[in-house]
Amino acid sequence: MSDIIELGVADIRDGVAAGDFSAREVAEAFNAQVAAAAELGAFIVTTPEKALEAADAVDEARQRGETLGSMAGVPIGMKDLFCTDGVQTTAASHILEGFVPQYESTVSANLWRAGAGMLGKLNMDQFAMGSSNETSYFGPVKSPWRKAGSNTALTPGGSSGGSSSAVAARLCPAATGTDTGGSIRQPCAITGTTGIKPTYGRCSRWGVIAFASSLDQAGPMARSVKDCAIMLEAMAGFDPKDATSLDMPVPGWEAALSADLAGKKIGIPREYRMDGTPQDILDSWERGKEWLRDAGAQIVDISLPHTKYALPAYYIIAPAEASSNLARYDGVRYGLRDLPDGSGLQDMYAATREEGFGDEVKRRILIGTYVLSAGFYDAYYNQAQKIRTLVARDFEQAFATCDLILAPTTPSAAFGLGEMQADPLAMYLNDVFAVPASLAGLPAMSVPAGLNSDGLPLGLQLIGKPFDEQGVLDAGLAIEQRNGFTAKPEKWW
Amino acid sequence: MSVDKETVARIASLARIKMTDAELEKLAPELSNILDWVEQLSEVDTSDVEPMTAVIANSLRLRDDVVDADPLTGGGVRDKVLANAPAAEHGFFGVPKVIE
Repeated sequence: MSDIIELGVADIRDGVAAGDFSAREVAEAFNAQVAAAAELGAFIVTTPEKALEAADAVDEARQRGETLGSMAGVPIGMKDLFCTDGVQTTAASHILEGFVPQYESTVSANLWRAGAGMLGKLNMDQFAMGSSNETSYFGPVKSPWRKAGSNTALTPGGSSGGSSSAVAARLCPAATGTDTGGSIRQPCAITGTTGIKPTYGRCSRWGVIAFASSLDQAGPMARSVKDCAIMLEAMAGFDPKDATSLDMPVPGWEAALSADLAGKKIGIPREYRMDGTPQDILDSWERGKEWLRDAGAQIVDISLPHTKYALPAYYIIAPAEASSNLARYDGVRYGLRDLPDGSGLQDMYAATREEGFGDEVKRRILIGTYVLSAGFYDAYYNQAQKIRTLVARDFEQAFATCDLILAPTTPSAAFGLGEMQADPLAMYLNDVFAVPASLAGLPAMSVPAGLNSDGLPLGLQLIGKPFDEQGVLDAGLAIEQRNGFTAKPEKWW
Repeated sequence: MSVDKETVARIASLARIKMTDAELEKLAPELSNILDWVEQLSEVDTSDVEPMTAVIANSLRLRDDVVDADPLTGGGVRDKVLANAPAAEHGFFGVPKVIE
């Protein structure tokens, strides 16, 4: 059954329900894939027994003639930002190494309830801070993709780089991701996978290790739009334990999927045509417009005038929230403690945090501390929050003349591991197209746009109105059907 | 807006992160670069703009005023709370002595 590993969420679920194969066979096939791919570094912890246990439960439920869940029999990878009861959860940090949650995050609990099983905990940028997966304490993740004729290890993107690498390499049919400023969309784009960040509040943040709480949103990463719709439906839903959870019913996104875009207007933001954007990215954007036109949509020019300020505003707001959120790592309640001989409480805090946080995490905590400190709060943080209002207003005004926005997901294809490390600022620019939608809390997805001349995947981004995941998914489906993206990385690991 | 080594040392102390001299030397120009870059926000006139407080309009809820309204976030789970503590003693978090 070697072709099981090529199946997606819908095919596995339907095949298990129809009895074409058992959930156990599926779990065994993917467990074997995971075990044989240590070279990619996509997993921090593997849990083959959990995958088998969930699969057996599904097979038994089917035997008994019970109605199966929407993800029944589908083994998935879980980003290590989600707390999983009894399974180490670290956010890829040293400070949480050995931390074993005593409870389950709402999103992962929703997925298990729908019949999914866990293959393991996926590597990521430390505390989700990074765009290349190089800030993980457990080592970088490698992309399964390589440039044509080259052996250089490439980034799978970040922060959900374990997720993107694992999905692209067929280690799992789908994985969870989280997106604070592009951490689902950017890794999907550069690994030829598909992922959606829903409207802020759709997925509960309860049990998701916090980075920047006003921006953090969970979402699915898979290899098709339909698979994303199925999985997002399972993940989303009102949760009273998260004060920002949306108290709205979860729409039937899968059942309503339609690639017919007649009557839809797609906005092309002129400010996203930035100086220095490579030609292959611009070409893929043109192809995207053609595909959407072919699906019946009308293409219109729009303006998002504050686009250039979105990224600098993000790099004030996100570190500010992070510096506050990460104050909880004090060596007292959980995680690492470094207590130098004869030292007091304050020394213990400082030593624990020195030892436990990586360079990028420290950098962001310091920026956040600085912009929130007395005398600078108004000039930096308050100004950034005002810019955020303007960025959101730009979108609101644009959506008066269009239904959806089409843009590139990233300013370039995957780069080599190590290539961008010298300059933190250059790394931040990776998320220039992704961050504005995050600041405005909008649903946004990345779908494959094809390969560039080096044979590397590029992505197209669709941004929708608040709560219009359906519109985003439908346009994604229209692109997917016309693109017919079937390229996959050649196995070298 | 340039950040010098002394400023980095002060922020690091506020953030309770111990840093060596070499780390402070390295971070000062890095943070300066980043702060110089975000400085461009000051060119936007925001005098009549309210800072964002909620990205999606949402009213805050109150939970039912009963003990353990949600057992997951309620009480009575001391051992679970302490399960990951680096030093748990007698049912409490252990910390170095803070009172002489």
